Order: sequence, then structure tokens, then C-alpha cells
Amino acid sequence: MSTDLITLTAAQTAAVVADGSVSAVEVAQAHLDRIAAVDERVHAFLHVDTAGALAAAAAVDAARSSGVTLGPLAGVPLALKDVLTQKGIPTTCGSRILEGWRPPYDATVTARLKDAGVVILGKTNMDEFAMGSSTEHSAYGPTHNPWDLERIPGGSGGGSAAAVAAFEAPLAIGTDTGGSIRQPAAVTGTVGVKPTYGAVSRYGLVALASSLDQAGPCARTVLDTALLHAVIAGHDPMDSTSADVPVPDVVGAALRADVKGLRVGVVKELGGEGYQAGVRQRFDETVELLTSLGAEVVEVSCPHFPYALGAYYLILPSEASSNLAKFDGVRFGLRVGEDDGNPSIEQVMGRTRAAGFGPETIRRIMLGTYALSAGYYDAYYGSAQKVRTLIQRDFAAAFDQVDVLISPTTPTTAFKLGEKLDDPLAMYLNDVATIPANLAGTPGMSLPIGLATEDGLPVGLQIMAPAMADDRLYNVGAAVEAALLDRWGHPILEEAPAL
Amino acid sequence: MSTHVAETVVDYDDVVARFDPVLGLEVHVELGTVTKMFCGCPTEFGAAPNTQVCPVCLGLPGALPAVNAVAVESAIRIGLALHCSIAEWCRFARKNYFYPDMPKNFQTSQYDEPIAFDGYLDVEVETDEGMRTFRIEIERAHMEEDTGKTSHQGGATGRIHGADYSLVDYNRAGIPLIEIVTKPVPDTGKYAPEVARAYVTALRELLRGLGVSDVKMEQGSLRCDANVSLRLTSSDPLGTRTETKNVNSLRSVERAVRYEMTRQAAVLDSGARVVQETRHWHEDTGVTTSGREKSDAEDYRYFPEPDLVPIAPSREWVEELRAALPENPAVRQTRLKGAWGISDFEMASVVNAGALDLVEDTVALGSDQGAARKWWTGELARIANEQGVELQDLPITATDVARVEALVGAGALNDKLARQVIEGVLAGEGTPDEVVASRGLAVVSDDGPLLAAIDDALAAAPDVAEKIRGGKVAAAGAIVGAVMKATRGQADAARVRALLLERLDVTED
Repeated sequence: MSTDLITLTAAQTAAVVADGSVSAVEVAQAHLDRIAAVDERVHAFLHVDTAGALAAAAAVDAARSSGVTLGPLAGVPLALKDVLTQKGIPTTCGSRILEGWRPPYDATVTARLKDAGVVILGKTNMDEFAMGSSTEHSAYGPTHNPWDLERIPGGSGGGSAAAVAAFEAPLAIGTDTGGSIRQPAAVTGTVGVKPTYGAVSRYGLVALASSLDQAGPCARTVLDTALLHAVIAGHDPMDSTSADVPVPDVVGAALRADVKGLRVGVVKELGGEGYQAGVRQRFDETVELLTSLGAEVVEVSCPHFPYALGAYYLILPSEASSNLAKFDGVRFGLRVGEDDGNPSIEQVMGRTRAAGFGPETIRRIMLGTYALSAGYYDAYYGSAQKVRTLIQRDFAAAFDQVDVLISPTTPTTAFKLGEKLDDPLAMYLNDVATIPANLAGTPGMSLPIGLATEDGLPVGLQIMAPAMADDRLYNVGAAVEAALLDRWGHPILEEAPAL
Repeated sequence: MSTHVAETVVDYDDVVARFDPVLGLEVHVELGTVTKMFCGCPTEFGAAPNTQVCPVCLGLPGALPAVNAVAVESAIRIGLALHCSIAEWCRFARKNYFYPDMPKNFQTSQYDEPIAFDGYLDVEVETDEGMRTFRIEIERAHMEEDTGKTSHQGGATGRIHGADYSLVDYNRAGIPLIEIVTKPVPDTGKYAPEVARAYVTALRELLRGLGVSDVKMEQGSLRCDANVSLRLTSSDPLGTRTETKNVNSLRSVERAVRYEMTRQAAVLDSGARVVQETRHWHEDTGVTTSGREKSDAEDYRYFPEPDLVPIAPSREWVEELRAALPENPAVRQTRLKGAWGISDFEMASVVNAGALDLVEDTVALGSDQGAARKWWTGELARIANEQGVELQDLPITATDVARVEALVGAGALNDKLARQVIEGVLAGEGTPDEVVASRGLAVVSDDGPLLAAIDDALAAAPDVAEKIRGGKVAAAGAIVGAVMKATRGQADAARVRALLLERLDVTED
């Protein structure tokens, strides 16, 4: 029974809980058992809240017995990226500097999940403060890709993607600053969406780069992703950058799955050289598939996209250097060296930060501090903001011609653990296709479109839409998903080796 | 407290004979909003440490700011009252530096896009040639958040260096501040200290009139940093300035500017350069001492605050706020000057004593304007100054003063008794009527005891009595004085004199 429960989609799970054929506690227990069985190898979780999950599940069951109509995801288990606060539950952001910190408040996303009866199983592993594309920068050790435990699960949200791919949870929350939801989805054969900037509240999301960060849903199907999106999105007065507009009907779009007459643009600058042959092959097949489904596919040029990576690696470190200043050992978290000699407060702050931050975090703080310095600000941060404006214009011009844009999500399939750890530039290139959407604040989805012939690993399709048109992602994604499911006869994750 | 050896200074008259001072004043005003700048925590003064805090103002991971709309409105009203332009679009910025009283290790402030800019405030100062108006140009008024409050424990100085440990209270962290910055103020000459004081006084009145702050300097809700520099003549470029902090009263503003002028003159006379630095004012010793050196190279790595959206006040809203502004202080003073029939100088003494509201209220309660001014700018201003508090913080109200004046007018109190009643009210003995009753301070109005006292005085001084009878009415003063003494001042001196002359059957010439 429990094996069946972990393979259900979120929509199916919610249905069986709602009709009473299975209790939410049984569902939660099945997933806790799965975590106990496989997570030693996958290491998707940094913290599993067994008691809290079972209590939340029991509350759903009690509500159902008392006649309350359950929400569309009530009783469905979820893995929460460890960058979002959950009251009383350790929140580390994958960093030593927050080891042992238990936030006194829920993030808005967390609160909405709880209100919806979603059962939070625990907190997932990530690159420290969401800086990385492999989860290798976690202070608590890497997460392993369920498709091949020697390979990276992507990052920074590798834990969330791996948990979903390994059937430890049907749903997960990720955050995406430059691709941290979409790139892990691509390399684990799962679905992930970065909503429009401002669509999901950032309150309680420990900031990496405030103007780029966006929380979003991860799941194994487009519909499940949409159901989760609908639960977490919506205006929040606690986040000034939260958009006070209605949430688009993402669930309706996922159910519609019809691309007839839709104009689809292939981004000329995101493909070709530097993209693995197997990735290109699956992408080209998908273009044909969309055409066969009735979409009009054209090539569109976004001439400033090649500058996105450079601009991103000025804006992100600049904002991060300021956002991470609060980690100083004064009010919470790690404090180092206060009894060593008679140190000044500056020395304790310095020792705490030197001991608490990992090398990638320190690298980006230094980059950002430099980029914001007097005399360099205009050349670095100022220029990067101009590039950002140009990329927004590229998107605007492109969306004058087409309804959605597509590209491969990543240039390659999952690489080996350790392969790029000593080469930051090679690591940064993983996000070359995903970063433009963050800079423009527009939404993007990654969904699996097959396995690369040369290594048998998942390939992701990226779909991008105009701001606040997140529903288009779900419509196109669901259409592609349905056609491929038809072709393959089973979900792609059935191809993954058993754990 | 602390002892500081005064540095060499030059005699003030000598300084102003040879140097031209330039002022620059930065005033921080804590807004009287119910909640903080970026969260819903209360702002009330004096709560137990770290009880008015939340994830936002503690800078906990994940927390985000949301702008207090009332604070924005107050900032715009202040800008309008200072004749500033109001930005059509402006942003907050982050000022990055590490300090334990800053929860986020950056202050959310405004940098190159202040909400209000390019205004002025006219102030009046008495000069040798009479009252003169000085126009103080306002560069900007911008919004920011206050920091927490650090107290350094142990060590001799109460400063961070040498302290054993420090305590931080974050109740103040995130309280909305408006920083009002003047352009360099030239051409004040020897009146620079008075102009500085008059500016802060006038600004305080303006802010109080707007109702945006309780403007209490001693509680830190109005704080002034005084920038002073000297140059040889007004055509020279600006000299190197110092910024004096910890100037916590109007009197200190004047004294600190005066001291810095005399100190900088001595530095320049010695052939040295003035160091650009922050200096601390010491109220007790009347000197400034060097704080941290502050160079323009200090790098706060400002950048636009990405957690907040730009503020774009609509022109309609700005005009609504402009139309609803209270009467401009200058207009109000002109109006009251006319109503009371007083001179520019007399009005300036009321304003500079911070007594305008109090005098106006006292007059509104029925007192004569002259009497009201006499009390508030005389006796009461002196007491406030002695105690180092603001006039309106004395434990006496306009109602009390008006009541005392009413009793004087009715002949129930004379001047001397009125003074004692005021003293009693200040001592917390109750209302004027309660003080009169408990101290037994009524004027003796029954002629019987007065006539008896007059007879006693005449009997005790038969030679004086003879002189008066002989027509030397001027000698009556001695007998009146003796009667007043005998009645412990509780008699109406005019009545005593009338009874005395009647008794002796002489008439006034």
C-alpha cells in the first residue's frame, strides 16, 4: 500500500484523502518511511519533522471527520526548502552560520501551506544561502541525484528536486534567483516553476538577492505544480514587492493543455554552441512536437541575453553582500571566538563570519562589496542594471511577436559531483538560460522532455511567459507533458533506477 | 561625570573679527507615528528594553520591510512646510555598515533621491542693528529608520572603547526619522551661534505645529548635529568642517557652535589644519572632544533598497496635504504680533524661548498678553533654563498661569503672592487654587486687620507719621512697607496706602 501512496500525484493523493479511502496520516507515514529508506543515500533533507508532519496530517483527518471541506492539497506531503522559515523548525539555509537557529515566525509561503492543510515533512538541502547549481555548497554535504547518485541534483534547490524525484514527497517548495528551481527540475526529470517576480510573497524567504529571488512550486506533474502554485501565490502586505493583482488561473490552464494557434518563440541565443548534443536533440524534437500540436513555432532573437550572466553576477553578489550582513553573531545563530582573548565586537563579528560562511558565500560577498564600492558602483552595479533594462526590453519585444518563449533549461544534463566545484565560471554557466527570466522578473517553467541519448539523463524544456501570464506556462507545459506521456506510455521517472 | 581638558581656544570677539564662520545643520526628528517605519511595532518611549520588537525590526532572516504610510505623509508635510519640492518618484537606499545597534547591518535610508528637497526656513535673530531675518536654505529632508540604542557597561568613559560589555536595546530600531539637512549657511558672522539656535528653535516650532513629532531634545526625539567651519573671508572656499553630535538642548546648539568656532580658530592660528571629524559636545564642561575621524572616503556602499518599491506621491495628494497644512509659523507670528500689539523683538523673545504656544494658550484663557509673556519668557523660562528642560515640560500649564493671572486681576493675589503660587504649582502642590488654600496665600482684604496694622506701624514710627501729616506723602512708603511686612505680604499694598492716607487725612498730590 505505502509504495502506491508515494507514487501518487499530489492531485490523486488529495482526492483519496478527501474521499476518505486513505488517511492523511497514512500518506504522511508512507513518505516518512520512504525518507527513512532512501534519504541516507539521496540526502535531500536537512531536517525531517516527523512529529510535526504526523500532527499536521492528523489535523487534516480530524477536519475531514468533522465535515470540513478540504482544500485541493489538504493532506498532501511537501518538502520545504531550508531557506524559508517555519516557526520552531531549524532553518539553516545550508549554512553553518545558522546552525541551530529556530525562527520565531512562519514565512508567508509556510503559513499558506499550513492553512491549506499541506503536510510539511521537513526542510530540504540547498547550496549555502542558495548560491550554487549543484547543492555541493551546502555546509551539510551534497544531495545526490536519484537518477545517478554520483551526480549532482542541480542547485541551489537540489534537495527539493531530489526529494520529489526520489518519491520522498510529491510536492516541494523551491526558490529561484537565477534558476534554482528550474535547473534542478531539468536535471532530475521533474517540473519546477519560477513564478512572476512578486507573485509569491518573499516574507520569510531568507534573502539572497532581493530583486531576483522568487519562491515557487516543484512536483512530478504540471497539474500538481499548478495546484501548489495556486496555494502559495497571491498578494501579501508583508512583502512590499508582492504584486497586488489576481493570481492567474494556473490550474485551469494546466487542465486546458491546448496549444493550437499559440505562437511559440525559440530563443535564438539560448541553444547551439555550448549545449550538449543530447539536450539539443530532445529540444528540437519538442519543437516538432509543438508544431504537430498546432502551435506556430518561430525563432526569436533576444540580442542582449548573452550579457545576462555577466549582469547577474554583479547584481546578485551586490545585493547578497548587503543581505548577508545581518549574519554577525550578535542576535542569532553562530557566534565564534567571544571568549578568545578580549575581543572587540568587530573581531567577534569577523570570526563568526569567517567560520560560519563557506567559500562560495565568501566569494560572492567579496564580489558584491567590491561592485558596490564608491568609484566602482557606476561601472559595475550601475552598468549591470542597464543590462537588466535591455534584457527586459528583449523580452517585451519578443512577447510582441509570440505568446511564450522556449529554450533548453540547461546546457547539459546532470554532471558528476565534484566535476565543477573548483571552477566557479563553469558552474555559473549552468544558469545561462534561466537567468534572463530572473533579471526581467518574468515567469519560467522547466519540465522533462526525455533522456539524453549519450548519458540517459533527463533533459528539461524551459518555457517563459510575460509577467503575470504564468498561466501560459501551465497550458503549454501540460500540452507537452500529455503528448510525451502518450508517446512514452509512462511517466519519465519510471525510467530512473530504483533506489 | 567625564572631565575633558579644554583645548586652546581664541577669544570669541577675536575669532569673528578675523574669520568667517559657515554653519551646516542636520536635524533628526523622530516622527510621532504609532508604529515603526517598516513594521507594526509600537514606538512608545520608555518601554522595557527589547519589548517593542518583531522579526522585521530585529532584522531576523527572511523578514521584510513595509513602509509606514503615515511616516511618508509626515515627511511630505514637513517638506511642504519647509517650502521644499516633493519628489515625484523616489526610493529608499541601503546604507551599509556594521554596528551592533543596526539589526541588519545596513540602515534603510534615502540617499540621492530624498522625498523633499530645495526649501528654506526664515529665522529672526536680534543683531546690533535690530531684528534681522536669516534665510536658512534647506538642501533636503529624507526618511530613514532609527538604530537601536547601545549602552556600554564598565570602563571609564561610557564609550565602546574600554567597555567590558555592551547592551543593545532594539526598541528604538526602526522608529521613523526625518533628517533635515541645510545647505551651508554663510554670512552669519558673529551671530552664527544665535542663528544656529534660532534655526533649531524655529524648526522645532514648525514641527510641533505640524503635530508630526513631540520634538523633545532631551529624549532624543529631536537631535541636532552642528557642522561648523571657518574661512578667512566670505569669498574663500569653505574650510574644513567638523560635525558636533550630542547637542541635546537649544542652549547647547548655541554653545557648541560658539565653542567650535573658538577652538577651530586656535587650531588655524597654530598653523595646523582642522581635522574633518565627528566631535562630541559635553554639556557639563562646555567643550567638544574628538570622536571618530570621518572622511568623505567612508564608503557606505549605498544602493537602492530592493525590498521596497519606489514611493511616487501623486500630485493630487501632495496638493491636498499642502492645502491642509497648519498656519505657517511666520504668518502666525505676524498675526499674533498684530493682535497683541508687540514689537518684532518682543515676538522673537517669545519664539526663541519656545513659548509661543504657551503664551497664545494663556491669552486664549483670558490673560492679558503682557502678563502671559512676562510669566512664560521671564520667571518660567529662567526656571526651565536652570533645570535644563524645555518650557513646555515644566509641570505647569497655560491653564495654571491663566488662573494665577485671573486671581491677580481680581485682587485676590498680588505680584509677590502670585510668584509663590507659581512656585507651589511647580513644586507639585496642586492647582493654583489648591496652592492658595494650602499655603494660605490670599490677599488680606478685610480693612479691620489692616487698620490695626497701620495704627501699630504709625505708633512704632511717630516721626514718620508726623512727616506724612506735614505733607510729605512720599514718606508713606515706609509705613506701607511695615504693614506689608506685618501681614507677611498678604495685603494689597495699594489698599494699605489708601487706608493710611485716609487715616492721616492727607491726600495724594
